[in-house]
Formats: sequence, structure tokens, C-alpha cells
Amino acid sequence: MSNTTTAPADEQRGKAPAGERVADWADGRLGIYSLAKANLRKVFPDHWSFMLGEICLYSFIIIILTGVYLTLFFHPSMNEVEYHGVYAPMQGVLMSEAYASTLDISFEVRGGLLIRQIHHWAALIFLAGMFVHMMRVFFTGAFRKPREINWLFGFLLFVLGMFTGFTGYSLPDDLLSGTGVRFTQGAILSVPIVGTYISMFLFGGEFPGTDFVARFYSIHILLLPGIMLGLVVAHLILVFYHKHTQFPGPGRTEKNVVGMPLMPVYMAKAGGFFFLVFGVIAAVAAIATINPIWTIGPYRPDMVGTGAQPDWYMGFAEGLVRVMPGWEINLWGHTLVLGVFIPLVVFGLVLGAMAVYPFIESWITGDKREHHLLDRPRNAPTRTALGVAWITMYMITLVGGGNDLWATHFHLSINAITWFVRIGFFAGPVIAFIVTKRICLGLQRRDAEKVLHGRESGIIKRLPHGEFIEVHEPLSQEQLHTLTQHEQYKPVEIGPTVDENGVERKVKGGEKLRAKLSQAYFGEGTQIPKPTAEEYKEIQEGHGHH
Amino acid sequence: MKKLSARRRHPLAAFVVLLLALAATGGLYTAFAPADKAQAEETAQSLAIEEGKKLYAVGCSSCHGTGGQGSSDGPSLVGVGSAAVDFQVGTGRMPLQQPGAQAPRKKVIYTQAEIDQMAAYIASLGAGPTTPTAKQYSPEGADIANGGTLFRNNCAQCHNFTGEGGALTNGKYAPDLTDVSPKHIYEAMQTGPQNMPSFPDTVLPEQEKKDVVAYLQTVNSDKSENPGGLKLGGIGPVAEGLFAWIFGLGTLIAVAIWVAARTAKAKKS
Repeated sequence: MSNTTTAPADEQRGKAPAGERVADWADGRLGIYSLAKANLRKVFPDHWSFMLGEICLYSFIIIILTGVYLTLFFHPSMNEVEYHGVYAPMQGVLMSEAYASTLDISFEVRGGLLIRQIHHWAALIFLAGMFVHMMRVFFTGAFRKPREINWLFGFLLFVLGMFTGFTGYSLPDDLLSGTGVRFTQGAILSVPIVGTYISMFLFGGEFPGTDFVARFYSIHILLLPGIMLGLVVAHLILVFYHKHTQFPGPGRTEKNVVGMPLMPVYMAKAGGFFFLVFGVIAAVAAIATINPIWTIGPYRPDMVGTGAQPDWYMGFAEGLVRVMPGWEINLWGHTLVLGVFIPLVVFGLVLGAMAVYPFIESWITGDKREHHLLDRPRNAPTRTALGVAWITMYMITLVGGGNDLWATHFHLSINAITWFVRIGFFAGPVIAFIVTKRICLGLQRRDAEKVLHGRESGIIKRLPHGEFIEVHEPLSQEQLHTLTQHEQYKPVEIGPTVDENGVERKVKGGEKLRAKLSQAYFGEGTQIPKPTAEEYKEIQEGHGHH
Repeated sequence: MKKLSARRRHPLAAFVVLLLALAATGGLYTAFAPADKAQAEETAQSLAIEEGKKLYAVGCSSCHGTGGQGSSDGPSLVGVGSAAVDFQVGTGRMPLQQPGAQAPRKKVIYTQAEIDQMAAYIASLGAGPTTPTAKQYSPEGADIANGGTLFRNNCAQCHNFTGEGGALTNGKYAPDLTDVSPKHIYEAMQTGPQNMPSFPDTVLPEQEKKDVVAYLQTVNSDKSENPGGLKLGGIGPVAEGLFAWIFGLGTLIAVAIWVAARTAKAKKS
């Protein structure tokens, strides 16, 4: 603060070092000292899976950086031009300016092809990273209070990432992406009543028109990334505000975070990791082609190529449409294309299920407490099984999306694959649910066994009377804590239906449903009772009985 | 004249006359030779048909009938032309190994000479597309860009954008065109083997067939350039997605594990 009373004091002390003066100057205007004091020593727990979100953040930054470079050379226009660039097999072919400029970026702009490939590979990795990051958060229960909103932010980032990716994939106006846009337009048209209007509005008339590249361009480089950037910031602020979750262990409670401080350890780690991520993505982009639009050719609505798939994150939507029987209803001169509309609805439901899950689970458990200690997936068998069932369904529809390539590369009939996906869509998740739950229970039993009887040492001992036994080593106190610290929920009961005056109260349907679901989550056969201290003592005292 | 008659008894005169006579005979021979050669070719042709018929009787007749008239196991070959034989046998598709959704490409079991003989025999059964000459399918003088447009318009919906192949219904497929010789691609267009429609010269003129062949040679052969790096099969986003997951995210997770394992250690006092 530079007012007249403090100035002489400064002079007395002599000149401070330049760095300090700059920091002082900035603090006077930005208040960085208090910010730094509050945050620089913030502690983060150490686990590789906590860096999955960082992979997403860094690939997002890489996408923005490379994307800016690409905008300098890309012409978002559908004006028809004749190609006279350096790529011989396209000489003289009529194409949109968008496609021609993408060819120029690939062949004539310095570093253009590498930057294009980094941009595209980073997008695929960004979405894959978000997928895995969400799985980590889901299976460890990190979405529980107070982090439900942050889960929603993450979910929105994933969905917006899908659509940003899709609009970007459509921009070069090549034959592959044009087919994808046509597919999307078909899905829009299948929406009853408003579909036609939305399509006409979006494409400025009949498909393909002359507008969509320019419009998708605004959406791709401005609207969606703008929202995503805001969400990323909000996501990170909430991570700071909530503090990071940690895996259970000795000394770790709901009230502390055990780990290393942001400054200097995580500054160095995170900063270094950014360059590692950039390096890996750049290496991938330098090694492998992605979306070689020059071989695919310019889009013309009268052409199509087989093997026309979207990028992987839209593959499950493709699969849903590919395996859906071509049902349609014709009524009063209108057609309801169920063969496309039902997949469109299922697409929304599959994604929506992710968004609402934290709220459903907290309603079922009725747990209003904050959770900062993570669950081990085996200790929440129903949740883990549900998650695996969802992933199974997702993966099966992904197979459906690539049914033609499965057919050609595994010498199968495409019809057989389609039927496999149709049946697997319903049966797969059920089987996955049952199997996963059994595995979780098995692992819980193993934990209980380990706690009570110790670790199998592999040492065989022969007793004086000839019996062979395996020597079990008791676990350390820390290990015992880690294996038994988790809490086991009791199923929620419907409260007394008769009040103190003997008047029967009406039990609401919601309450009954909740009790039933709670029974399914935590009732019989859903968890192995963890060993109690008494059991442990009893066994330790009666040593040697196994 | 005097000079000549004076030397008619020269000891070498007989040789000169002999030389002249020989030259005359040689000249006459060359004058008549083409006719002889044509005759010889005709004989060769009928010989080839004869030989082809024998090969046919052994290798093909069990399905296509003793006279190429077809049976319940194989279609009639009357009028398919020599190009069809050269394609089917020359790519190993025929003779068929076993009935199935589609005859796959496999090891060629006949020599080119034998294939030509069979082709000659089948061609003799009825007029059909003839085996193209090297000039017809050589990429010289072809318009590659036009070939690309034609390919995307007529071929890509089954064979993929650059002819990497694709699936058809019930186990049938449009084969990968990566290392198929220009001649066989040309013949496939002429004859429309198996599930493929045929593109006779009335539909796709000779020059345009040449363009398509040249385009495939440019974008999908050992000689074609891949400026972006590994081609990943050239089959589009499915392969790219798999690569991104395994080599992109897989590597990044491995790196994350490596980074997380290297942490600052608190000083032990």
C-alpha cells in the first residue's frame, strides 16, 4: 500500500530485491499473498489414479493450443472450389473451401499435418481420459456428498466433449464426416413433430445446404469450448474447495488429507506431467495417421464409403442405431421412425443414467454425511456391479457400432454380430452385474479371511503328530485398519406404520420403493459382514485353529 | 551385258546364281510367312482350347458341368468370357475349396499358361469380356483424380474409401484391394465377380476403368505414400479409437503411475 505514511519506512529499509518488489506490486493490486498463503501449501494425496483428471486437463489445453493454430488456416466455407494444390490425386476435383483448406493444412502449411494430428489424437485421448477418470470417481464413490455437483460438471464436460469432438470431426467436410453429419441429421429428423423444424433451422434449409460448416465452426471453436473452459475452471475450483479425496489407510480420516503440498511438490509434478502428456500425444501424432481426409475425398451427398464410423466416443450411438430393427409407424400421413428415434432416446438415457446416479444412491442410502475417504470398489458390491453393467452395455453397443469391421476382421457374419449385440445389450449387463457382485463378495471374504487368520506365508510346517499346516502371518495393525475401516450400511426400513396412538399411517410408494432398493443394495447377500474385534481376539487366542 | 556374258563361265558364277536364288526364295518366304503364322496361331488357339478343355474337365466340370452349362453347384460359364476365367482362377478363387458365403482369394494353383488355355476354352463357348491387354490397365495416361471420384461414387460403398474392403450381409464381403494386380481389378470391373455388379464398357468406358485402376495404384499399394505416418489399416475411426485408447491413454496411464511412484520423501529424523 503506497500511502505517504508508509513510504519513509520503505526508504529506511533500503531497496528490496526485484522479485519481492514485483510481488509486492502485484499483491497491492491482486491480493496474491493471501491467495498464495491459503493455497500454496494445500495438500494433495498421492495416487496414480488421481492424475487421470490431469491427463484430461492437459489434453484439453493441448487441444486449445493446436486448435488456435488450425483456425489460422482453416476456411469454414462451403463455397465450391476446384483443387489445384500439391496433392496430385485431388487435382481438379470440385470440393468445398473447407475441404480444400484442410488439404492445404495437411500438405502446404508448415507443421500443419502434425498439428492437425496432435489436435485430433488429443481429442480422442481427452475423451478416453474423461471416461477413465469418471470410472475412477464412480468406482471409488468419490461422487458422494459433497461432490455431487462436481460430478455433474464432469459429466457435462464429457457430454460437451463428445459434441465438440463431433462438430470438429464434421468441419473438414470430407466424405466420412459428411456421412456422419447426414447420420446426425437423420437422427434429428426422427424426433416427432419438432425434428423437421430443428433440422431446417440447423442446416439453414435442406441438407446439406451451404451453411453447416460455418455454423459448426462457431459451435466448435467458440460456443462449446467456451462453456467447457468455464466448467473446467469451476471443476478445479470445486476440487480445491472440497479438498481431494483419499484412499483409506492409517492416519487418514474424513477430516484430514494426507499427502504432499502443492508447492513445491505438486507444482513440479503437475508441471512436469503436462510436458509428459504433451510429449506422448505429440509422439502418437508423429507416428500414426489420424483421419487422412486426403484419401477419403470431399463430401458429396450422392457418395458414401463403407466403414463410415464416428470417432470412438460416438461409437455407442452408432451401434444403437445399427442394431435397432428398422421399425416405423405411418399414421395420418406422418412417419414415426422408431428405428432411429428409439436409439436416440436410449442414447440420452444411457448418458443420463451417469448424471443422476449420485443422487439416486444418496437417496437410497439416506446418508447425509460428507465423504472424503474413498471406498474400495469391493466394499460397495452393488454400486461396482452396476458400474460394470453400464460399461458392459456401453462396450457391447460399441461393438455394434463397428459391426462391419468385426465381420471383416474376424471372418464373421455381420448379421450374427448384430444379433449378438441385440441380445447382449439386454443380457450382457445382467450377467456382468451378477459376476461382478460375486467377485466383490469373494474379495470381501478374502479380506475377512486375511484379517482373522493372517496372510498366507507359503511356509509349510509339520506338526509332531504328522499333520501339515501352512503358517499364516498375522497382519500389521495398519493393514488390519485398512481392511476393516469401511462402514457397512444397513438396509433402510420402512418406519413404524402405526403411530403411538395406534393409528395406521399411509406408507407412500416412494418410501416402499426406497426400502426395496435399499434391501437390494445392502440387504442379504450383498455384503460379507466384516470381522469384529471380538472375533479377531477369539481367533488370535485360540491360535492354530484354522 | 557383254561384261556379264563374258563372265558367265567364271568359276564363281554358280555361287552368285545360287545366292540370287536363295535371296529370291527367302523374299518369297517372308512374303508368305504372315499367312503361315496366322495359320499357326489358329492351330495354337485350337490347341489351347483343346488343352483348356482337358484342364476344365478335371478341375471345373464337377460343378460347372461337362460343357460349361452349369449345374446346381455352379453357374453356367457360357458367355462369361476369358476375363472372368482369368480373374477367378488367376486370383485363386476358383477352383472352389468349399461351398460358403463367398469364394475367398487363395493360392493360385494353375500356371498363367494353363489359365490362358482354360480361358480360351471358356471363351470358345460364347462371346464375353476378353482378358485386357497390359496397355488397357496400365496407369499411363490415366486421370487419377477422375479415378478417385469414380471410385468414391461406384466402389467405396462396399470397398471403403481407398479399397480396404468392407462387410456385406451374412458373411459376404467386398475384398481388400490393397495388393490386387491392376489386371485383376480391371477384370473384376468387366465381369462383376460374385456379389459385385459388373461395369461393362457401356457403363464405365475403358478410359475410366484405367482411371480407377490408376487411382487405386496411387492411394492403396506398396508405392502409395502415407504422409501422416502409420496407416492403421486405413479403416477409419474404429482403428484410430483403439489406437488412442491403447497407445495414447495406455502410455499416459503408465506415465502417471511412474510419476506417482516417484514422490518426495519426508526426511526421517
